[in-house]
Amino acid sequence: MSEKASFRSNGGVRGWLGRQPVWVRWLVILVAAVAAYMLPYIGDVPVIGPQIVTEGIDWPSALFNMSYYVLLALGLNVVVGYAGLLDLGYVGFFAVGAYGTALLTSPDSILYEDTGWKWLMAVPAALILTMIAGVILGWPTLRLRGDYLAIVTLGFAEIIRIVATSTDVLRGDRGFASIPHPPGSWGGEPIFGVTDAIPYFWLGLTVIILVILGVRNLDRSRVGRSWLAIREDEEAAEVMGVRTFKYKLWAFAIGAFIGGLGGVLFAGEQSFINSQTFVLQFSILVLAGVVMGGSGNMAGAILGGVLISYIPDRLRGLSVGDTDLYEYRFALFGAVIIIIMVLRPQGLIPSRRRAMELKDREKEVAPQ
Amino acid sequence: MSEPHKETPEELDRENARPVADPAPTGGPQAEPTPSPVRDEGVLLEVDHVTLRFGGVVALNDVSFSLRKGEIFGLIGPNGAGKTTCFNAMTGVYRPTEGQIRFQGESIVGKKKHQITRGGIARTFQNVRLFPEMTALENVMVGADAHHKTSVISALFRLPRFWREEKSGRARSLELLRFVGIAHRAGDVSRNLSYGEQRRLEIARALATNPTLLCLDEPAAGFNPAEKEDLLQLIRKIRDTGVTVLLIEHDMRLVMGVTDRIVVLEFGKKIAEGTPAEVRDNPSVIAAYLGVPTDAA
Ligand SMILES: Nc1ncnc2c1ncn2[C@@H]1O[C@H](COP(=O)(O)OP(=O)(O)OP(=O)(O)O)[C@@H](O)[C@H]1O
Ligand SMILES: [Mg+2]
Repeated sequence: MSEKASFRSNGGVRGWLGRQPVWVRWLVILVAAVAAYMLPYIGDVPVIGPQIVTEGIDWPSALFNMSYYVLLALGLNVVVGYAGLLDLGYVGFFAVGAYGTALLTSPDSILYEDTGWKWLMAVPAALILTMIAGVILGWPTLRLRGDYLAIVTLGFAEIIRIVATSTDVLRGDRGFASIPHPPGSWGGEPIFGVTDAIPYFWLGLTVIILVILGVRNLDRSRVGRSWLAIREDEEAAEVMGVRTFKYKLWAFAIGAFIGGLGGVLFAGEQSFINSQTFVLQFSILVLAGVVMGGSGNMAGAILGGVLISYIPDRLRGLSVGDTDLYEYRFALFGAVIIIIMVLRPQGLIPSRRRAMELKDREKEVAPQ
Repeated sequence: MSEPHKETPEELDRENARPVADPAPTGGPQAEPTPSPVRDEGVLLEVDHVTLRFGGVVALNDVSFSLRKGEIFGLIGPNGAGKTTCFNAMTGVYRPTEGQIRFQGESIVGKKKHQITRGGIARTFQNVRLFPEMTALENVMVGADAHHKTSVISALFRLPRFWREEKSGRARSLELLRFVGIAHRAGDVSRNLSYGEQRRLEIARALATNPTLLCLDEPAAGFNPAEKEDLLQLIRKIRDTGVTVLLIEHDMRLVMGVTDRIVVLEFGKKIAEGTPAEVRDNPSVIAAYLGVPTDAA
């Protein structure tokens, strides 16, 4: 067996996939991607289709919701899963991305006279803004460790929310309306309209695929090695020549960028945002998704992002007797998380490394 | 043998947070660090009246010695003598309270750990500190990355430099694993390696940073005589590649057999310096090792 093969070989689907020739791997990935693009039509699949689609919210909209939750989970996974930095205020970056877009494009914005940009023009500016926010937050705080970092990031998200609530520029509850949709038309009709959410989902999915490719490239390079080394033993990493601060800051900036992407898409689809959109629960929910899916592992983060969005949406409009299940979504959701964490503490799709870490700890706790 | 003790320093985070410009450029992965003005041709590292206090504890008390290029230098002394602290001062983990440390004629006091590493000082730890969930090969590649210049952008877009450095780093890391004799474990997660293999892996990881000076903190701790003999061979082999070796060791026989010169510390003070033969016959060394029963190694 070659060194490369032994490095990758493992049980399960991933292990099987890892042993296949390159073209098989790409074929499987291609099929999976095509299947993902076909998701809006899953309701047409006999028997199981109708069970899957949501009832209280139209299915394409639910899919779009999933797409930005997945983006957030992927971004947070870089910060928490790869670099091992606990960020409790991740929604702050989502908010910065969305507000950046709104400020540059909405007629309600004080900048409108000067800018009044189209959505697409605002995207790069909003993303640069979120990255800057990531660096500004990271620069002074990344010297802190563990719990302290968590508290500061929590504060960051609250600051963003409170500023959004109470400053005139960000308009609090009144929010920003008429944020333009993404551009493009097809046969005279705009592609991104108000009624059909399918194009938004496709756009989100495309962005997700690009993010996955980018993060994968980083993970399998000195950047990923440095992150992992920092997570495992920060001091030893630095003594081995890793510029720990630089790579932690990059993790923050990249996480912020991906979160900002989510916000930009969200603003483009909703066309309206206000300060109620970015509550703290949001951050906690995304973090729960990442941990539940399996942190440190993109497949896990994606699954986590899907679940935190899908479960509540699926509960919408369902009722048992007189009780509307949607009312109980957080309770049910909490129960699901608890069950998952009891049965699979390393997450649904554990990172290979994390799984081993936990297994060893189990042995330590209960020696034979 | 030695009791495990905390090697983690007080927070040095204020240091960490400050961004640093690139240190003096180094040639390429294989190149020697750029030569800097050396006062005395033969001297590689100079510990100059270094004192290091932890609150009331004086871990190093006015210690001075210097290392010559190409030698194997022993640093010995009873438990708690300050040997590891000396390493920590040399690698930027602790900052000396007083005194200077010069490497190739240039002061390294106040430099960051990663700068010192890239400047040419590598080390291992008394209590093995590998990256446990990484494979042996990846561990070594982290060391090899120290001299790589692949940026986040070139990693993201897989630009030519990424491929070039990834390939050469991998080849060099495999070669180092072979050099220390654990190439067959390259793909195994390092926590699954045996204790002896982990110690060797730590040496390979340190060598991957292309050091001029390699500091080994009790590399033979817990080894049986046969393993110790192998390690001796390895240390000599390392020296023969042109790397200067600084060795902390408790086993007197091992130290005497391999080192060219020795410094003896006791309670943070240098009590003797010289060739193994000189040191062995020095009365205060004999007293330090035999006279104080609780400190006997
Ligand atoms: N971070 C620290 N804080 C306070 N005291 C410390 C610290 N590190 C080391 N010391 C103290 O400094 C003294 C020297 O310790 P050091 O670890 O350098 O000894 P050593 O010679 O390496 O001993 P050993 O053979 O046990 O490894 C000891 O008294 C130790 O308790
Ligand atoms: Mg020691």
